[in-house]
Amino acid sequence: MDKTFPLLPEAASNLAPEVDMLMLALMVFSVFFTIVIFVAVGFLAVKYHRKSDDEVPPHIHGSLVLEIAWSIGPFLPVLLMVVWSARIFVSAYTPQPNSMEIYVTGKQWMWKIQHPEGPREINELHVPVGKPLKFSMISEDVIHSFYIPAFRIKKDVLPGRYTNMWVTPTKVGTYHLFCAEYCGTQHSGMIGKVHVMEQSDYERWIAGGDESMTARGEQLFNQYGCVTCHQADGKGRGPSLVGVYGSNVRLQNGAVVRADDAYIRESVINPRAKIVEKYSSIMPTFQGQISEEGLLQVIAYIKSLEKEGEAQQ
Amino acid sequence: MSATHADSQAGQFVSYLGNGHTWQSWLLTKDHKRIAILYLISITVFFLLGGIFAAAVRLELLTPQSDFMDAETYNKMFTMHGVVMIFFFLIPSIPATIGNFLIPIMVGAKDLAFPKINLLSWYLYMIGGTCGLIAAVTGGVETGWTFYTPYSSTYSNSAVIITAMGAFVAGFSSILTGLNFVVTIHKMRAPGLTWGRLPLFVWAHYATSLIQLLGTPVVAITLVLMMLERAFRIGFFDPALGGDPVLFQHLFLFYSHPAVYIMILPGMGVISEIVTCFSRKHVFGYKFIAGSSLGIAIIGFFVWGHHMFVSGQSVYASLVFAFITQAVAVPSAIKVFNWTATMYKGSVSWDTPMLYALGFIGLFTIGGVTGVVVAMVGVDMHLHDTYFIVAHFHYVMVGGMVLAYLGGLHFWWPKMTGRMYHEIWARVSAVLVFLGFNFTFFPQFLLGYMGMPRRYASYPEEWQVLHILSTAGATVLGIGFLLPAIYLTASALKKHPDAGMNPFGAKGLEWTIPSPPPTENFLEMPVVREEVYAYAETEEKALVGH
Amino acid sequence: MSDTNTMAVAHPLPEEHVAHQFHDAQQQYESGNLGMWLFLLTEVMFFGGMFGAYAVYRAWSPEAFKLAAATTNVPLGAFNTVVLIVSSLTMALAVQSAQLGKQKRLQLMLVLTMIFGAAFLGVKAVEYSEKWHHHHVPGLNWQWEGEGPREVQILFCLYFAMTGMHAIHMVVGFGIMLWLLMTARRGVYTASYYNPVEISGLYWHFVDIVWIFLFPLLYLI
Repeated sequence: MDKTFPLLPEAASNLAPEVDMLMLALMVFSVFFTIVIFVAVGFLAVKYHRKSDDEVPPHIHGSLVLEIAWSIGPFLPVLLMVVWSARIFVSAYTPQPNSMEIYVTGKQWMWKIQHPEGPREINELHVPVGKPLKFSMISEDVIHSFYIPAFRIKKDVLPGRYTNMWVTPTKVGTYHLFCAEYCGTQHSGMIGKVHVMEQSDYERWIAGGDESMTARGEQLFNQYGCVTCHQADGKGRGPSLVGVYGSNVRLQNGAVVRADDAYIRESVINPRAKIVEKYSSIMPTFQGQISEEGLLQVIAYIKSLEKEGEAQQ
Repeated sequence: MSATHADSQAGQFVSYLGNGHTWQSWLLTKDHKRIAILYLISITVFFLLGGIFAAAVRLELLTPQSDFMDAETYNKMFTMHGVVMIFFFLIPSIPATIGNFLIPIMVGAKDLAFPKINLLSWYLYMIGGTCGLIAAVTGGVETGWTFYTPYSSTYSNSAVIITAMGAFVAGFSSILTGLNFVVTIHKMRAPGLTWGRLPLFVWAHYATSLIQLLGTPVVAITLVLMMLERAFRIGFFDPALGGDPVLFQHLFLFYSHPAVYIMILPGMGVISEIVTCFSRKHVFGYKFIAGSSLGIAIIGFFVWGHHMFVSGQSVYASLVFAFITQAVAVPSAIKVFNWTATMYKGSVSWDTPMLYALGFIGLFTIGGVTGVVVAMVGVDMHLHDTYFIVAHFHYVMVGGMVLAYLGGLHFWWPKMTGRMYHEIWARVSAVLVFLGFNFTFFPQFLLGYMGMPRRYASYPEEWQVLHILSTAGATVLGIGFLLPAIYLTASALKKHPDAGMNPFGAKGLEWTIPSPPPTENFLEMPVVREEVYAYAETEEKALVGH
Repeated sequence: MSDTNTMAVAHPLPEEHVAHQFHDAQQQYESGNLGMWLFLLTEVMFFGGMFGAYAVYRAWSPEAFKLAAATTNVPLGAFNTVVLIVSSLTMALAVQSAQLGKQKRLQLMLVLTMIFGAAFLGVKAVEYSEKWHHHHVPGLNWQWEGEGPREVQILFCLYFAMTGMHAIHMVVGFGIMLWLLMTARRGVYTASYYNPVEISGLYWHFVDIVWIFLFPLLYLI
């Protein structure tokens, strides 16, 4: 990395050139208006500098035409840029197809990252170049914010709730990873490195990791005894979880909810919040017993439980 | 302008400064002018304190490692810098000092509507400030001035409750000042002083007061809920207790965004007065400037979500907030254009207040256009919580508000004290502040775009050059701020008033009475017979016309 | 705003009641009223923050809020509602007595208002102690066996914050009544000077109205 005196951050994601281009447009706009005001103020201050103490300038009330012009004139290009910026923003924070999931857990003061294939890392993130990424993030304590300047993106990492962002790395290299939301004493130490690698290097790297998240999730599923009630054949005291991920679940009170990450997390932490139709509220809470990382593994496992037959489709 | 004959009676009254010399005559005074002086002194102390914290922050950032102080101390320094500057300097600065002194005079009243409440609000301010000081000496606070939950309510090991209590109490001081202003402006205007003849300074304070009345109570209750959660584990915002931390941000920012207009609107009012006086011209587009103050106050209540684009708020809420936020830029732009146009064909003098005002227009423009930049959702996801934000709001708060405060102080200093300051030194300070300010904060825009997060005690080495520039600039800025403290104090110690009634040839009721003003402001009930800012009209026309 | 709800009479006030900063009694009267209305506006925003939080959490977990509301003592709450409405009536009568210059009746009405206010606070204390016995005080004494413990807890947190803030306002109101009573005994208020009674009445009615919202939100639905 250039350690001398950089003035622009590296551009290493699909968003970076777009953000930079919009920023350039905004700079042109800003510098233009700043210069207009500075020049006008300087010119008028000099041109009409008081020459004698008994000057009586003319009485000018104002001009409706000018008021309308300078209210609307600058506002129109701004509106265009709002639309432009909204397009970039939406692409970064709404689901993008075929993305590879990266699971991030923020904790005072470190980033814990899990790859579905297995490797776990702390304050380091290895990703392949050119592959769309989906970040699923949660905090174990206070609010953090996952920020990669070279990707031009950040998102707050909240306790008790998953947040997501989508971005595609485009340039191989090593970049800064920061926590951008103040989170306590070692906030400025909650930093790391993002390594964007060639696909082949990445595959070699990932092969060196340990067992997959699904496998670890399955272990937890057995270890915490989930399996005794949530039997695959649906004969247990709890509903079968096979094929439940992504489906619509009918609840006792008649409501229908979508079984996504947030729903599964809530059902583990706070099982009485939503009771599945025809089942009773007998599940104990696992709050404080299972870590946020473990929860992500259990979710990965439940996600992998597809109905037989469907899996082949 | 009005029918007072203050000149001929100059020797026959007691000025508000001469009306009692005991401690009680100051600490139990109900005279708005004396209360303004009490505020002026206390606010200066807090500004100095906040400045010391800022100096500590800049010193630490000279090197990439956290070596001058450990990270925890650094966190306390920037937190207390923010808390002190925002709650105990910026919010009360212009309203409670210059506004308190001038609003009753500008509307032609003997005092504010509720003088006892005015005194109470100074005491509340002092109690709040004392809470802040107690927090500082009992180990400090390190949550950031925003008190975001659950860090503040659960995890922080510092003096959170006493600090929040200080902000809470100071908030009521702010509410009561606003209430006093609104009632005074509504009910106590002199005969002939119609809404269309009110000085823009009064309009700006009217708009400010509305925000104080409607916004401050919300942050008050939010801080109460946060303190309850911290003290008794009564859950509102901590997810571990079933609460939602983002709700705290919504409630806090519902006030704290409008609060930035509490800080800047009075400054805009000051600039309107200075630019007209030192251009000797009627202000360009009076109705638009007055209306834009109200516009800012109203729209300002619907844009808080732009602080939360990356906070987990829904994407669509962010888009709506982004859109409304750009709308609030329009009234600010209207003001800047109108001030500039006011100078056209004017008689522009370069006295100190005008230098500050011109500096304000320039720096506020930069603060404003960068505000447009950071409110763009697609750019904010990169710039949010970086030094770009830090630079942006310092351009508005220091480049805007503090310059306006100093400009206003220089403009009305002769009125408040009856004494002229050393003009040359004053111009030197105005130039030093302008240069030092840009030197300090411009590099921070660059740091921000490169991705330097705010509130970092240590940072990657490649950014050291810019940080050194910034700290060097801060030194110049500090000297620029210290100079007025010296020469203004020196002028106040002069034995006899030497300023005269109207040293700058300004229009407005405050310039028709002696300096310093008598206790009940006017020797005779003023009657307003002419338009506002009637610089082009001669005395005879003023009496015959209208 | 201030002028519409008050009797628009000219006020030939005794000079001694006009504070030095005011031009005349009419100006003082209007300023006092506007000041109180503005203060009540800030109070609306103050309680508004909590009502906002209530709305958000209720929208998220309506079931739990119903469960929690079921544990509240509705008869006591309803009794308190009646007590406050009656106290508003006596307060209104106190203002009327002051306007008519009826000294004895003014004092009687103020005393009645204070009695009702105290009764409200007493009942509130009984309710709080009931909650304590049932372990329904979050943070200090909390236990919940039923469904959705965390959501229910949030409601109880809001219950204590909202009713607690309201009770503090009642205590302040009680203090104001006490002060009015003491000044009324000196015969300060007359048919031409009753503004302090009137604006204190505005405050008292406002606090009552807050309860009118709190009762259904916390007890009934």
